[in-house]
Amino acid sequence: MRARSHGLLLCGGRPATLPPALTCDQMVTYGFPMPDDDLVFKALADSTRRFLLDLLFVQDGQTLTELESALAMSRFGVMKHLRVLEGAGLVVTKKSGREKLHFLNPVPIRLLHDRWTRKYAEHHVSALVELKSQLEEKKCQPKRKRA
Amino acid sequence: MSAETQAGLTTPTTQVFEIYIKAPAASVWDAITDPQWNAKYGYRAPMTYGLRPGGEFRVNANAEMRSMGLPDVIIDGEVLECAPPHKLVQTYRWLFSPENKAEGFTKVTWEIVPTEAGFTRLTVTHELDGAPQMAAAVKSKFSTHGGGGWSWILSDIKTLLETGKTLSE
Repeated sequence: MRARSHGLLLCGGRPATLPPALTCDQMVTYGFPMPDDDLVFKALADSTRRFLLDLLFVQDGQTLTELESALAMSRFGVMKHLRVLEGAGLVVTKKSGREKLHFLNPVPIRLLHDRWTRKYAEHHVSALVELKSQLEEKKCQPKRKRA
Repeated sequence: MSAETQAGLTTPTTQVFEIYIKAPAASVWDAITDPQWNAKYGYRAPMTYGLRPGGEFRVNANAEMRSMGLPDVIIDGEVLECAPPHKLVQTYRWLFSPENKAEGFTKVTWEIVPTEAGFTRLTVTHELDGAPQMAAAVKSKFSTHGGGGWSWILSDIKTLLETGKTLSE
């Protein structure tokens, strides 16, 4: 990974003279951007992309060809959606022989839950827990005499 | 058993979990391999690693777990590959119950990739062939009771390294 950085340094100055193998592969030169909540929300705000995640939830580690067969969409269209999901960290790819497999990465959704959603959800949950204990406490108390 | 598996959907045999952490690779490595660190997040049981190929891996039950009747060693395995602070490959077997033990050893690969922007990518690849119970559990979604498999553990490592606190603090 680091071995190619020499060629990549040249990339800024004289890109036209470089052979294709040494052109601006930003993933190698500069590292990848850190996915943030915005990217995750944007990636999830599309029904096709959510459907792709559902497909991977049912069967993880699928190839582009397998995913494409479940969608009425061009291969290029599916690739574009997968790239958005990858950029948000929701899909991780792994090479397996000659194939590239796509895996659902549930961690960014977990982070949204931990850092953002939970504070609202827990309010509801704790309110219900409190209601339950109040009701159950009352049940245990001796019954009042009826008028 | 989760609702999904009851519905007849297949649980995949390899699962991948990835997280980005604002911390150097060496800190992430320590958070995984040093029992002083790794007892602070997730299920809060200290994990010890013999950091060489063939080294022993074991997770000791904490006091709360022992009081629940769990064995002293709740997870065991062996280090297969050790390249600090970038890669750790190990086997991993649960000993919570005879059923867990019978599923045998699975394989976990930790990959730590530092970036030039100063953060680190941590990827956990868990190969779960022949271990459907563990596969369902480590994939499990969050619940209000805590738990939630690798997603929850990685999220807790991130919180600990970035804030000095954990999710339950």
